Amino acid sequence: MSTTDTRPADALRAGDRQADERASATKPLGGIAGWVDDRVGAAKGVSFLAKKVFPDHWSFMLGEIAMYSMIVCLLTGAFLTFWFVPSASQVVYDGSYIPLQGMTMSDAYRSTLDISFDIRGGLLIRQIHHWAALIFVVSVFVHMARVFFTGAFRKPREINWVFGTILSLLACIEGFAGYSLPDDLLSGTGIRAMNGFMQSAPVIGSYLSYFVFGGAFPGEAIIPRLYSAHVLLIPAILVGLFTAHILLVFVHKHTQYPGPGRTNNNVVGYPLLPVYIAKAGGFFFIVFGVITLISAVVTINPIWAYGPYDPSPITAGSQPDWYMGFADGALRLLPGFLEFETFGFTWSMNIFPGSLVLLPVMWTIIGAYPFVEAWVTGDKREHHLLDRPRNAPTRTAIGVAGITMYVVLFLAAGNDLMAIKLHLSINDITQTLRVLFFIGPPIAFWITKRICLSLQRADRQKVLHGRETGTIWRHADGKFEEIHAPLTPQERWVLVQHESPEPLQLTAGTDANGVDSPIARKERLRAKFSNFYFRDRVAPATPSELEAAHHEHDDHAAAPSGEHEAIEAGGAGRERETIKARKHD
Amino acid sequence: MNDHETTDHGTSTALVPAAGDGHDLLPASMIRDADQFENPGLPPHVHRAADDHPDAAKRAERQVATMFGLSMLATLVFLVSYFAIPDEATFFFPGIGVAKTQNVVLGLSLGFAIFLIGIGAVHWAKTLMSDEEIVEERHLQASTGEQRAKAVAMVTAGVESTQLTRRPVLKYTLGGALGLFALPLGLQVAGSLGPVNVEELKHTIWDPAENGGKPIRLMRDPEMTPIRFDEVTNGSVFHVMPETLQKHIDEGKHVLEAKAKAAVILIRLDPDKIKVQKAKDWGVDGVVAYSKICTHVGCAVGLYEQQTHHLLCPCHQSTFDLTEDCAVIFGPAKRPLPQLKITVDDAGYLVAPEGFHEPVGPSFWERAR
Repeated sequence: MSTTDTRPADALRAGDRQADERASATKPLGGIAGWVDDRVGAAKGVSFLAKKVFPDHWSFMLGEIAMYSMIVCLLTGAFLTFWFVPSASQVVYDGSYIPLQGMTMSDAYRSTLDISFDIRGGLLIRQIHHWAALIFVVSVFVHMARVFFTGAFRKPREINWVFGTILSLLACIEGFAGYSLPDDLLSGTGIRAMNGFMQSAPVIGSYLSYFVFGGAFPGEAIIPRLYSAHVLLIPAILVGLFTAHILLVFVHKHTQYPGPGRTNNNVVGYPLLPVYIAKAGGFFFIVFGVITLISAVVTINPIWAYGPYDPSPITAGSQPDWYMGFADGALRLLPGFLEFETFGFTWSMNIFPGSLVLLPVMWTIIGAYPFVEAWVTGDKREHHLLDRPRNAPTRTAIGVAGITMYVVLFLAAGNDLMAIKLHLSINDITQTLRVLFFIGPPIAFWITKRICLSLQRADRQKVLHGRETGTIWRHADGKFEEIHAPLTPQERWVLVQHESPEPLQLTAGTDANGVDSPIARKERLRAKFSNFYFRDRVAPATPSELEAAHHEHDDHAAAPSGEHEAIEAGGAGRERETIKARKHD
Repeated sequence: MNDHETTDHGTSTALVPAAGDGHDLLPASMIRDADQFENPGLPPHVHRAADDHPDAAKRAERQVATMFGLSMLATLVFLVSYFAIPDEATFFFPGIGVAKTQNVVLGLSLGFAIFLIGIGAVHWAKTLMSDEEIVEERHLQASTGEQRAKAVAMVTAGVESTQLTRRPVLKYTLGGALGLFALPLGLQVAGSLGPVNVEELKHTIWDPAENGGKPIRLMRDPEMTPIRFDEVTNGSVFHVMPETLQKHIDEGKHVLEAKAKAAVILIRLDPDKIKVQKAKDWGVDGVVAYSKICTHVGCAVGLYEQQTHHLLCPCHQSTFDLTEDCAVIFGPAKRPLPQLKITVDDAGYLVAPEGFHEPVGPSFWERAR
């Protein structure tokens, strides 16, 4: 408020006027909103949030799918608790599903049958719950892959990566606990296997099993205990961590893909109010709606077809839900000879590594990755611009190698189904997958890295020689040539904006007296890693290279021959460039 | 912390600290130099049809309103169907099979009611709401030096006023108390989850002691009728429970716990095919009984391949060869399925006189002790 040209007497009324102004400013708020703001001051937060900017990209919606399907799970899960009875007490079924009438079963299974047959709309809610859970876990994983391949986990977002890692593990455990609750033959077999996993733990195995099951397997304790974990313990942690996850996104502001006008110190996109609320809010309804439509027409987990759990019968094709598949696959691949005895104690190394060790180890590696990469690169800067996966070839290759390993284990969980459907020998499939587990990832690493480097070279070429227009010109002398159109600065920017680090160089491995310093030893290891990461590089094109390429084109006009040295000028190798290009002139 | 340069021409390294400490110096290739392209800035904003043409805007409005309207209609369908469709109604759903009418109609109506709100809102946002991107500046995540110093000073002052630094005995006793108080809670949970009875893992109700020392008859599962030796024809398979299970069924408790270890599979094959003398001796003329609980993680080994005499566990595909005393010939299990010694009693029924000679089911630490 300017006070330079006011009369002194105005100062006396300044207070009054402010009150007037405040009154007039809050007038539109009025009503309940005004009442609330008087008490909590929410308007301050609203104005902060309303102008919060979110960048747009389809891949940012993967995390949203995870968030929304989790909310759908929470909602439908609350409904299901009204009818589900988490009890293993044996009852005789007298509900409306005729094939099972008169059978002895647990109350948990009986109540799940009731939800499916005798509670109107119950089957729909149950199916929405199960489908939403499956979509939740898959979207968590795909979201995680997006974050990994774009380098969104880099400083300052390492903590959020760790939160996300824990969330994904919890999602799997929550899912396992959930599908075990109906106590049908399939899920009971899963719990039976879980009991075997626990018994395989060295030293404490039997105790672990008796603790978890509250006595001998199966007992009556496991269903209520899984229920308590499924509806209370894990969801509480899940929701808490998820809230922290989202809060950190607000604190950090969302990352964005590189593009014209997008820099490391801005965020370009739509404001929360109204565009983002409409889009993201609308997307919640889309996700919820699609899950409901799927649940309307596609049966999931038809527990009535499996029958109640009994340790003696079994069905062929006993598989867990998909997200536990990789662990099940690991158990199928581990050869039996790994079990041995020392002093009469049994080491079940054919089970323990695949059951109790695999998950913690895998998630620890995933959670630790950002810190490893930061150490290797020595990069302590904040990163808010995402990498295009091709521009981080080694990271992308590591990711694909990891996914390959995962997929091999996942396929192994279906070795019996593959054998039946494809008329192959299950032994051959298993042996092949055993070999693939070891050689698949290196091959995938190598192929991915080559593809990334090729894509980078293609980017360079596009910058230096322009876009292929598909227009063929015939010259007066009969020569044909395709016209390349130069890129606009906006088009070009995406292809040249990235950094292309060189391996860290060691300056001196020894001190002045020629003695190895401990730091030097550590640094040598780091230099090795750095070399592994950045040895093969294709640097982005520079303005002077573009200038040189233009000159060369002009030369071509006079004498159309020779190679374009400029293409690989910044890169490691010097491949021959034989594509002729011509500036449109 | 304030030594970063903020360049305003928008390169991607504006948040670079001028220099790292010592050996963390960035390689030269990561510092942008003069010979690099400049960020060209935001491209010009392109108008949409609805921005310039009232007709297009009107059309968009009608489309959005139609979606919202259809959503209301779908909700109405749900409300009516909830009461109108009987629980037992089914119909043939092409490509899916016989479906429960109620589930399909309720699901589709609810699904569309929700889905149409979603695409209506998104379509609204994409056609009518402003699509002009706005730019928000970022700031270094770390607090400034002064902010940090202030925070440190406040915490130091707070700790100072507790006198913890001057009175170490408080520090140690508080630490001890906080460290220990969780123990009772942990002990309560861990200690009371049990009971633990590892010896129980080695015991099944095939033990003759369960039957007053008498041999135990093999019963069909789940009918619980005894099996005569002459009923077991060549190649046939019986799923078997011990006679002693009836007592558990009558008492109505621990049925599943007992079954989980007692399940047995009874098979008759040509005695000459059995290559192990012990396996032959423990059976009766080619009729042999083995534990059905997999020695891997305990699933029921329920798949018998008559031609090859292989028993396959459907969980992880461990394969046991019946002609080799159920030794593992493939898959993740290590140990053979334990054999149950059987004979024929005076009435011609199959009985197990001795029970299992080793623990059945998955391995555990103390198994061989």
